[in-house]
Amino acid sequence: MNKKQIKWRNRIIVALIIFFIVFAATEFLPLDAWLGSETNAVYLEFALFLIPYLIAGYDVVVKAVKNIGHGQVFDENLLMTIATVGAFAMVFFPETGPHMAEGAAVMLFYQVGELFQSYAVGKSRKSIADMMDIAPDYANIMQDGELVEVDPDEVEVGDEIIVKAGERIPIDGVIVKGASQLDTAALTGEAVPRVVEEGAEVFSGCVNLTGVLTIRTTKPFGESTVSRILELVENASEKKARTENFITRFARYYTPIVVIVALILAVVPPLLGAGAWSDWILRGLTFLVVSCPCALVISVPLSFFGGIGGASKCGILVKGSNYLETLAKAETVVFDKTGTLTNGTFNVVAVHAEAGVDPDLVLSFAAYAETYSDHPIALSVKAAYTGEIDRARIKDVKEESGHGIRAQVDEHIIAVGNEKLMMADNIAWHECELTGTILHVSLDGSYIGHIVIADVVKDDAAEAIANLKAAGVKRTVMLTGDRDDVARAVAEKLGIDEYRASLLPQNKVEEVERLIDGTSSKGTLAFVGDGINDAPVLTRADIGIAMGAMGSDAAIEAADIVLMDDKPSNIARAIRIARKTMGIAWQNIIFALGVKFVVLILAALGIANMWLAVFADVGVAIIAILNAMRCMSVKNL
Amino acid sequence: MRKSFKLEDLDCANCAAKMQDAISKMPGVEKCTVNFMMQKMTLVADDARFDEILDEAQETIHKFEPDCNIVR
Repeated sequence: MNKKQIKWRNRIIVALIIFFIVFAATEFLPLDAWLGSETNAVYLEFALFLIPYLIAGYDVVVKAVKNIGHGQVFDENLLMTIATVGAFAMVFFPETGPHMAEGAAVMLFYQVGELFQSYAVGKSRKSIADMMDIAPDYANIMQDGELVEVDPDEVEVGDEIIVKAGERIPIDGVIVKGASQLDTAALTGEAVPRVVEEGAEVFSGCVNLTGVLTIRTTKPFGESTVSRILELVENASEKKARTENFITRFARYYTPIVVIVALILAVVPPLLGAGAWSDWILRGLTFLVVSCPCALVISVPLSFFGGIGGASKCGILVKGSNYLETLAKAETVVFDKTGTLTNGTFNVVAVHAEAGVDPDLVLSFAAYAETYSDHPIALSVKAAYTGEIDRARIKDVKEESGHGIRAQVDEHIIAVGNEKLMMADNIAWHECELTGTILHVSLDGSYIGHIVIADVVKDDAAEAIANLKAAGVKRTVMLTGDRDDVARAVAEKLGIDEYRASLLPQNKVEEVERLIDGTSSKGTLAFVGDGINDAPVLTRADIGIAMGAMGSDAAIEAADIVLMDDKPSNIARAIRIARKTMGIAWQNIIFALGVKFVVLILAALGIANMWLAVFADVGVAIIAILNAMRCMSVKNL
Repeated sequence: MRKSFKLEDLDCANCAAKMQDAISKMPGVEKCTVNFMMQKMTLVADDARFDEILDEAQETIHKFEPDCNIVR
């Protein structure tokens, strides 16, 4: 609690104690007998209850008076003041029984509720802010041989900063000296530390776990990963969800309508002779107590804020409440294949040697032949070969564009390439049952086997698709520029419903548009890509999700939701977080409105008293706030 | 010019929405957002009259929440 809240709390406690003493006195002491008449006792009660009322609520009354001056007729302070002053004013009808206790109690509980609201909102705001508190407030630089701490804003691009073990990296850069392990959890939610060494690119927000690192900065602080993330999440609550806008509009009409109905209720029936003035005025006053839409106005944005904060803790950045809302309705999820479901790099997945030939031999001859090539295929073959390459053994290399490579290694003639190369040499080759790029290898004119190279699907890709299905996504589609057989193999392996192969980048947008037409009116389409060359598709989809975006400005720019790491399983998690948040927001709306309407009806019928009304106001607000705070916990999702 | 300010003692979400509406309608103000959750106000307004507009915004804020102050 801050100073203001502590003062506030103490004032309320004092008022509460006095209130209960006065309440007990008026209930149990024979005041009527002492003062001679019942009416005199009522006047004494009036005076006594006024003490806790004013201690607890003088500021509300003062604000109310000021607000009349500002023309703020539907201000909650004013309405609460009218309701409570009205209850006290019933002293003019001493014969109807006293309502002073209620007047004082309504003000007291209103203040208790307001204090709690202020505390709870402050607390959840702080815990979300702490969760996102990944921006270091200093950077170490060497100045005249001494380590000094400076404001990270003052560090220029190209300067060298020093990050000690246990510190957060303040600015993006490249390691020039040192090796260490980095905890990237704050950015990606990933628990396993990342090993980094000289030359590695590092991002601000990561914690340096072991060694001392010297980093040459590549970006100013304001454009570093951590600053961008913070800015994004902070501004996210400005992009309002439709649910939030609905509440704002609703709040604009709710208060005036309730106040007008209260006025009608207090005046019209007694004029028509339907009962005593005191009774109807009291019903009208009860209405005023329920007239503030605070529970909704606070708890719904708080739910979204909590959901966005919780998601960011898992490395899922949501750029606005509206996106959370749209994601919750995701019915179709469309994936880009390369880099999203697969690693986007080529790997040797199998080496098939002819009978009697050692597979290692096939791989080693291929690696020797490809030694001088920089083609991605060659790189993957060399990466798969674990032995040393003795370049002296390579006598002659000839690259046959579009076919492969011929080389002389020692006294052997080697040909490595596709079937066209084999055909040119009149060598009989074997088809392979695996899909991917097939690299045939011949040694001195005879076939010794082939190497299968393919883009490997990510470990958790199949699980991610299964999770999406479990989360209620009806249709999963994969788009790729790859050949049909490659696409089909991946789709079948992962359990994806449909695939579209051989697409050019512009075809992807058309395909997504067609798929959007295919979704139901309430359902939405999410597109997941790596954000590198699918920005137009990310923009066109109802929700664009970019993966593996740590350090990629373009992806962060184009997407609505950004997954910092490149695990597809986080997509289902994002959907679950979105659904939970929407669920809680709607629970609050229905609960708050339900209770308020029931109490309004009961009050109009004369059944509900002020005690119930004050519960419908502050009690409901408190419960809704507590419920909204659940949005922040996303651990088990 | 676009500038963000922290708002001290902004306690009421409903008032924050009303402040935003009122300040946005002030002459010289291009855009104003009051972020209740971050306790922050972002003001986009005329460069020449920025300080003046900021004072007016403070007055407007006081109308809705008497103890809420712009931290400059």
